Amino acid sequence: MAVDEISAVQNERRWALAMGGVAAVMLAAIVWAGLGLHMNPPSNIETVDPNTLHVAGEFAENNLGTHVDSAGKITTRIVTTQFAFVPECVVVPQDMQVTFRLASPDVIHGLIVVGTNVNTMVVPGFVSQVHTVFDKPGDLLMPCHEFCGLGHGQMVAHVRVVPIADFRPDGDGRVTCDN
Amino acid sequence: MTINNRLILAHLWTAFAAFGVAILLGLWQMWVRSPLAAPLSTPDNYYLSVTAHGSAMAYVLTTFFIMGFGYFVAESALKQALPAPRLAWAGFVLGIVGTVLVVATVLSGQASVMFTFYPPLSASPLFYIGLVLVVVGSWIWCALMIVAMTRWKKANPGTPVPLAMYATVANAILWLWTTVGVAAELLFVVIPAAFGWTQTVDVGLTRTLFSWTLHAIVYFWLIPAYIAFYTMAPQAAGGRLFSDLMARGSFILFLLCGLPVGLHHLFMDPEHSSGFKTVQMMLTVLVAVPTLLTVFTVTASMEIGGRLRGGKGLLGWIGALPWERPMVLATGLSFFMLWFGGFGGLINMSYGMNAMVHNTSWVSAHFHMIFGGSVVIMYFAIAYHIWPNLTGRLAPSLVLQRAQLWLWAIGMMVMSLPWHWLGLSGQVRRVAQFDYADPSISWWAPWMIMSVVGGGMLVISAGMFIWNLVSFHFERTGAAKPGPVEYARALHPGVPVPAALNGFVLWNAFVLVLMAAAYTYPIAQFFILKPPQAVVHRVDRTP
Ligand SMILES: [Cu+2]
Ligand SMILES: [Cu+2]
Repeated sequence: MAVDEISAVQNERRWALAMGGVAAVMLAAIVWAGLGLHMNPPSNIETVDPNTLHVAGEFAENNLGTHVDSAGKITTRIVTTQFAFVPECVVVPQDMQVTFRLASPDVIHGLIVVGTNVNTMVVPGFVSQVHTVFDKPGDLLMPCHEFCGLGHGQMVAHVRVVPIADFRPDGDGRVTCDN
Repeated sequence: MTINNRLILAHLWTAFAAFGVAILLGLWQMWVRSPLAAPLSTPDNYYLSVTAHGSAMAYVLTTFFIMGFGYFVAESALKQALPAPRLAWAGFVLGIVGTVLVVATVLSGQASVMFTFYPPLSASPLFYIGLVLVVVGSWIWCALMIVAMTRWKKANPGTPVPLAMYATVANAILWLWTTVGVAAELLFVVIPAAFGWTQTVDVGLTRTLFSWTLHAIVYFWLIPAYIAFYTMAPQAAGGRLFSDLMARGSFILFLLCGLPVGLHHLFMDPEHSSGFKTVQMMLTVLVAVPTLLTVFTVTASMEIGGRLRGGKGLLGWIGALPWERPMVLATGLSFFMLWFGGFGGLINMSYGMNAMVHNTSWVSAHFHMIFGGSVVIMYFAIAYHIWPNLTGRLAPSLVLQRAQLWLWAIGMMVMSLPWHWLGLSGQVRRVAQFDYADPSISWWAPWMIMSVVGGGMLVISAGMFIWNLVSFHFERTGAAKPGPVEYARALHPGVPVPAALNGFVLWNAFVLVLMAAAYTYPIAQFFILKPPQAVVHRVDRTP
């Protein structure tokens, strides 16, 4: 055991540098994944009053669901409330950029669209905005993933991804699961 | 020999009693979530149980264990009596009163808000007051640890503080910093709302204050395990601590890097910018460094033991280690689980990849593997290691101790490995029941049953653990007396320790700077932005 404390520390220093390198590589991979794969968590810091959002404006009931504006931008608005998503089913087109905008009138909720990168908290007081592109058609499960009270387990909605040909907005630019 | 054995045993037995009850709840929760029909399965009972399980494991087991172990280290490593043992008892009583309040409010259904209690959900004020009392009790412990070290330094000028105590004080200081966030949240927002003095809360602010605590608390839980890695495992293996200086460096890095990273719990939140999330993500990557340093130093220290025992060749020393000693075995099993837990954590902390797993079973899997696995198995090993000292009796059976440790590690893998892929497949956490008739999730069923089996193994292991400790107390004191607990000596003792690595003044200044940089704006923004507040939702009464 001809290891003295000085050479032990030198060994450790070498190891520490190597581990610093490992950390740098991890960091690079994370940044690459974040930028390159367009994984951008909601960070829009946009406020909305939870007590009045249902009365008028963007999150009034007749504005919810999927809407295509005159410029062709597709936005899906959902209100998460104890203990349901409004609406409980939304339609989105395949292979096109979709923006989700979500707000809560009561407590914290959260959602994940299973099998996609759509995952966000919905914090009362703020609008959560998530962009994504769905690459496969089908019915996707969208459960609430933050404990919001005794009915939390029943809070499940669906995202229906349809081929572009089947994505037909009505005269107001709306698309719903019923039509 | 330690003097205040009753004080230490009172803390440790409180910790393990809470653990013994909480683990039964955990098994029942797995059962409810599985396709098997569980008794008493209602959402009310489930959320009550999850709150009790989380609070008992995360707050009671940990805090009482860490305090009891700290008192033990202060007496056995410094070889001096504890300063003000009466104050220590006062801290213990505060903690017990707090625990009773928490248990009573949770069991009576007035506090089903989870151990994370995110407002605007609000429980009975007594639940939060109970938590505050536990924290205040632990603050007394922090003060006593600092005083013990300071006194020892005065009495032994020029001698470095023994590593076990230096690390314990690092943890006490870390804990003082850590609890600032949750204390502010509770005292200024949550408790006034619970009493009905305020009707609304700023939800973003409360989440941000809680995030201040939520990461560093994990290091508070973890440091006792690291103390055992550095100072007990090499000794048990017949080795030497490879480098005392680098060990000190690792504990300082935990103190520095463990705190300014809490926003990584809010990656998926809308109330913070990408900028601050990214800054704290980068700091989070740094916390991997002290863990990797530890893996290196501890492995090298064990290698010395293996080689001194005649192990040859590149890996021959591993076989030569005394695996029959529970401390050595537990360290090996803990390191093994650390790889899985560490890998899971790597995904969690990745700004983008987190979106695949946030709030899914993946997260539960990660913290069960790393806390329930790597850390708690070392709590067991520490208990086995110091119980002879505390009771004055030799271990009744090392075979049972080893069997218990193996069963724990295997049970933890069987339970939490399936959660990883179920989480990746979209299984969310904290949901009482799933509709297994839904064809998209029916394939979960066998994996959920596997988790129940793993949970059953953990319950049996926990029962064996309690039995192993209880049987010490009934063992007859024979002629053979246990010697005092010895801490691993450095490979080359007597190396001068720089003053910076023998105290904390400098490092506290660093923490202050880092926390100011990481959290000033993320907290201040709520006072600048003044976001609309949310109405308080009581869970303990119908509106
Ligand atoms: Cu929910
Ligand atoms: Cu964390």
